[in-house]
Amino acid sequence: LILGLLNRLDITQILRVDSRTIYVGHRACPANEAFIPPKFCDNRIVSSKYTVWNFLPKNLFEQFRRIANFYFLIIFLVQVIVDTPTSPVTSGLPLFFVITVTAIKQGYEDWLRHKADNEVNKYPVTVLEDGRRIRKESEKIKVGDVVEVEEDETFPCDLILLQSSRDDDTCFVTTASLDGESNHKTHYTVPDTEKDLESLNVIIMWSQSLGPENLLLKGATLKNTQKICGVAVYTGMETKMALNYQGKSQKRSAVEKSINAFLLVYLCILVSKALVCTTLKYVWQSKPGQDEPWYNEKTQREKDTNLYLKMFTDFLSFMVLFNFIIPVSMYVTVEMQKFLGSFFITWDKDFFDPEIKEGALVNTSDLNEELGQVEYVFTDKTGTLTQNNMEFIECCIDGFQYKYRDASSELDGFCVTDGPVIYLDKWEELFLRALCLCHTVQVKESTEQKVLQPPQEQRGFIASSPDEVALVKGAMRYGFTFLGLESKSMKILNRNNDVEMYELLHVLNFDPVRRRMSVIVRAKSGDTLLFCKGADSSIFPRVRQEEVERIRMHVERNATEGYRTLCVAYKYLNAEEYAQADAGLREARLALQDREEKLMAVYNQVETGMSLIGATAVEDRLQEEAAETMEALQGAGMKVWVLTGDKMETAKSTCYACRLFQRNTELLELTVRTLEDGGRRREERLHELLLEYHKKAVQDAPPVKAGVTRSWSLTNQDYGFIIDGATLSMVLNSSSESNSSRYKNLFLQICQNCTAVLCCRMAPLQKAQIVKMVKNSKGSPITLSIGDGANDVSMILEAHVGIGIKGKEGRQAVRNSDYAIPKLKHLKKLLLAHGHLYYVRIAHLVQYFFYKVGETNAHVTLLQSQRLFGPLYDAAYLTMYNICFTSMPILAYSLLEQHICIEVLLDNATLYREIAKNGMLRWGPFLYWTLLGVFHGLLFFFGVRYLFSNPALQDNGQVFGNWSYGTIVFTVLVFTVTLKLALDTRHWTWINHFVIWGSLAFYVFFSFFWGGIIWPFLRQQRLYFVFANMLSSVSAWLVIILLILLSLLPEILLVVFRKPRGPHARQIAAVTPLSYKHLKERQ
Amino acid sequence: MVKQEQELDNRPDNTAFTQQRLPAWQPMLSAGIIIPGFVLIGLAFIGIGVALFVTSRSIQVLEIDYTGVAQDSPCFKCSDPNAKNCMCTMEFSIDSLFQGPVFFYYGLTNYFQNYRRYGVSKDANQLSGDLEYFTNPSDDCAPYVYDNNKPIVPCGSVANSMFNDTFKLFQIVNGARKQVPLDGKGIAWWTDYNVKYRNPNVTPLRNAFNGTVKPVFWSRPAYELDPTDPANNGFINQDFLVWMRRAALPNFRKLYRRITEGDFAEGLPAGNYSLEIAYNYPVLSFDGEKKVVFSNVSWMGGKNEFLGIAYLVIGSLCVVMSIVMLIVYAKFKFPEED
Repeated sequence: LILGLLNRLDITQILRVDSRTIYVGHRACPANEAFIPPKFCDNRIVSSKYTVWNFLPKNLFEQFRRIANFYFLIIFLVQVIVDTPTSPVTSGLPLFFVITVTAIKQGYEDWLRHKADNEVNKYPVTVLEDGRRIRKESEKIKVGDVVEVEEDETFPCDLILLQSSRDDDTCFVTTASLDGESNHKTHYTVPDTEKDLESLNVIIMWSQSLGPENLLLKGATLKNTQKICGVAVYTGMETKMALNYQGKSQKRSAVEKSINAFLLVYLCILVSKALVCTTLKYVWQSKPGQDEPWYNEKTQREKDTNLYLKMFTDFLSFMVLFNFIIPVSMYVTVEMQKFLGSFFITWDKDFFDPEIKEGALVNTSDLNEELGQVEYVFTDKTGTLTQNNMEFIECCIDGFQYKYRDASSELDGFCVTDGPVIYLDKWEELFLRALCLCHTVQVKESTEQKVLQPPQEQRGFIASSPDEVALVKGAMRYGFTFLGLESKSMKILNRNNDVEMYELLHVLNFDPVRRRMSVIVRAKSGDTLLFCKGADSSIFPRVRQEEVERIRMHVERNATEGYRTLCVAYKYLNAEEYAQADAGLREARLALQDREEKLMAVYNQVETGMSLIGATAVEDRLQEEAAETMEALQGAGMKVWVLTGDKMETAKSTCYACRLFQRNTELLELTVRTLEDGGRRREERLHELLLEYHKKAVQDAPPVKAGVTRSWSLTNQDYGFIIDGATLSMVLNSSSESNSSRYKNLFLQICQNCTAVLCCRMAPLQKAQIVKMVKNSKGSPITLSIGDGANDVSMILEAHVGIGIKGKEGRQAVRNSDYAIPKLKHLKKLLLAHGHLYYVRIAHLVQYFFYKVGETNAHVTLLQSQRLFGPLYDAAYLTMYNICFTSMPILAYSLLEQHICIEVLLDNATLYREIAKNGMLRWGPFLYWTLLGVFHGLLFFFGVRYLFSNPALQDNGQVFGNWSYGTIVFTVLVFTVTLKLALDTRHWTWINHFVIWGSLAFYVFFSFFWGGIIWPFLRQQRLYFVFANMLSSVSAWLVIILLILLSLLPEILLVVFRKPRGPHARQIAAVTPLSYKHLKERQ
Repeated sequence: MVKQEQELDNRPDNTAFTQQRLPAWQPMLSAGIIIPGFVLIGLAFIGIGVALFVTSRSIQVLEIDYTGVAQDSPCFKCSDPNAKNCMCTMEFSIDSLFQGPVFFYYGLTNYFQNYRRYGVSKDANQLSGDLEYFTNPSDDCAPYVYDNNKPIVPCGSVANSMFNDTFKLFQIVNGARKQVPLDGKGIAWWTDYNVKYRNPNVTPLRNAFNGTVKPVFWSRPAYELDPTDPANNGFINQDFLVWMRRAALPNFRKLYRRITEGDFAEGLPAGNYSLEIAYNYPVLSFDGEKKVVFSNVSWMGGKNEFLGIAYLVIGSLCVVMSIVMLIVYAKFKFPEED
């Protein structure tokens, strides 16, 4: 059996033109055909980066591709090769540390990915082989295997449907996890297939191409069909789903980018400093007597080396001497902070969802701080904003509102909330019958033996629109149960448990232009009835006007509450009317030309003069707290874009329900419908509309006030923008090149001035396109994508931060996300609390390192200016400084700091705006911290220098030497740096206390210890008793205290004068002071 | 694919740490704390500053430059690099009693003991008395490792350039010269003398130096540095130890002797003195200066006005700042005061 598959159509409009020949069941090919079976990839999904074998080389390679690491490697090598002032250990040890920590972290993360891959790859599937059913792991499926899939299972690879358990050779599939469309789609078996696959031995050659209706895509789920058999045609990374992913590229956070920018500046300073110093050295040495004083003669080797080579090695030595201008330890600390910090997200019990019994998942910890910088949120609709679970909320019959109160009690639940309490009269029954009849719902065949009266609530319905199901279910709750369609007649179980039969005469299908649908049925009594339901705007003009007013009020109220409303109308058709309609319909259906138009005309003709019965309100159940979350995000200054594959109407009502669109939001629509309105060429219309909207939203908008980053405020008119996939592709791929970029710009500008943007009918790759477009727009804003299905994967990968929701639509999104949370509502805390805190933490961490760098840098530079060519500190101190003495407090700070407590952050979304646009890591703060460091460095150096103008500092008249000098400066340095952090710490837990005071104590202890013993492995006992001797000098004590206080007092003053001011200050200050007491009470 | 295995107990721990709810103390630096704090610090600083300043003022210092650059200097003749074993005498007088104990320093300027290459040019193992390194000194000592293929002990630039001017101080009483006894003990760090630097365990000491040569610049080998006191020779010679503790800055002074004995235990009485200098150490080649410094010390060490003034300035600044803050506070009323 050979399948020739040609021109396979893709949903994503990307035409993959290829053909492949597949032997179903791997049967030997006929001998007369010289055919070499091509090699196809196996069915493994690989999202991991490393294997056990290539981890070390690949990881090292990746790590040294980082500029900083490479730089440190070079420095280390220079230190090893060239005779330099500092020992190679000072840079080698930290570098080794960084590399190890990073490797462990990345290894761990990759291990997690392996685990997730395995989960998919080891999923058991049933394969038919030589007539036997064999359980196999999903990854072992080969192209050509015949795979059996049961109901509610996902297809393990792309399959061609060969056999279905249904009689009509169809199967139902939901592709919710692929494209977000949750309705059931019908797929057909390949015609003329041997029914008995197990004994299949006939070779049939297909010559016709197979269409998408035969193809079952990996990731889609089988519904309402007991089982199917299909032949695997595309496996593993060749499946449609895998192709829809984009390459997983390393994401870099904005903070990391700005660190790199700063480091580049430092690198320039470093090189220029080394150059200047080398020049100065030789200028100075050219003076007689300075180059080689008699007490410091050059060695023979130095005399022999070439002048230029010497200059070069001098330059390198200076580079090495100044190298700690680029803080290697910062990378260690940042890595550790990110790695450890991400655990707080995993540990957060607020993210734990009791339903799925899982908490948040962190796939990459590189982006923690990015969560605090998000400007654009791209969200999927189905399964993310909504539960994709329609529910009948209320109805309005003849002007009275009925609300279903209690789901458990049947009759009493249906009560009238306004108007008189009335018995179930004719109108109500009519309304409920209408609901039961006017739809295209199919009853799900229960998998067990057909039970006539299945438990009512569990009865399954299938429909292309979930609204219809909701309506039918709603009617069922009020006692009218739709039993199904049997040979052209619809069966209804009414209140009295009688079965009513209606003959279905015609279905006037739904279409988006008419926005209504009708059925014509004939009751047992012989009456012919037309039931029609549809959007209010399409029903109201077709009914008697006096009925409209009573219902309009309800409909409008329901709509503003975010419900999807439908109006129901009916009319009696007498025999003549029916005959006329019947004839018209039949004729139109059979028409060969302009069938659509003719049908439309007949529909419009039939659906007139109806009487309005009532209206329904269906809620697409939003995710828990979806509206609150969206509101909080908007309050935090983020712009929310909804990208969905769903219909515009549905999406729009969701947006209303989520309060993304408010009642006063003016909607700017750019959809196929609005484009076709003008009756002109689409392109022209598009041009016109874009300009018009641009004028409205951009040009006429009040100018943005300086300093306010968000252009929209409460006083402005809010705009919402709606675009659909087809129009978007017109905007993006306009026929003429010049227009294309112009449209894109216009489009972006409009969108940026809208509070919310809705993009519907999006293909997965289009979602990514949009994200990419915004990402690369002016100011390169930070984007976040959140979604739950495989259709969101490309968008999740594209955005700066990708969030997966552990929803019902499979695990693809979660596996490819950076963070995964169980529910949408968790996004709020993730961004507002965790993101904010992480950003502040890491930003302060980086600032603090620049401060430290500034300090040490100042010393070393001064050494040069004083023409002191030796190192100021002992190598042990230099090495330990960043590893032990000052690393722990900042690490603890960067893990535990809560400058504002979490509750306040959650309550005041606006606080998020204060750190927007990388506010703490711009050039201003960078300069401030560096200069502060330089200032402190100068202070210490000169303070001690003036003290040493008389080095006799002890009361026994003995003098201190250079190591005492260095140790005093170093002691001041360690204490100031630590105490500076203590001043900045706003959240003192016992860990902070322990670490800050502990590292100071450790410093003292270490100094005693290091100086107290003659270390046999050291070549020089430079610090022997230096520290103890220093402490025996009163002057040394006094100068240390003086310098520490002198450098910190201005800080204290700043803190006092920089009290929070502004509108929020009071509010924050009122809640901010956390005390042990408060916290204890809270627990 | 639906994840089947779901552990029941993977609910995150509800502990204060994991939930970031550790009890915490938030320091509020309010004006109510800062202002009194500043006043207190300021007053304390002023107090310390006054004490330091007064003490520093009471310390007497006498500095005599004997480089001999100027033609009229008694040491001018010695400044000629070709002069060998040159002696010169500086005369000076003291107006009032120079309180004892008096410390006798020598000072050098523009002398970079802090050159990196200079600083590492020594062999710590050798200096701790390890005989192995006598015959085979470390390469660190370059360019003073071998002299005529014989190992130099002590090797290296630092040892080689040891200061070798010697001084004798005389009080001139009625025209007669009365030698002031100079105490050469206890001028180096105790730990240097007793622990860090060790002579090899060989008696007599000179035997340990068999097969080695003295540093190029030295006139006498290490075991004969102090002919008067056999315990003050080799690597534990106090002058050697003082020299080996390198100075931090290019203008430095090092302790030469203490004046603690006899008639001068109370200090140097007023009168005329004469300082006899054996001028050996060349400094003019690198524009250096040489001087001797007489000084007494207090609890804060030698004379140093900087510390006292710095304390006074900072103390007053603190007080001034607190007054400014008080005014600002009174005028604008800082919000949110508890």
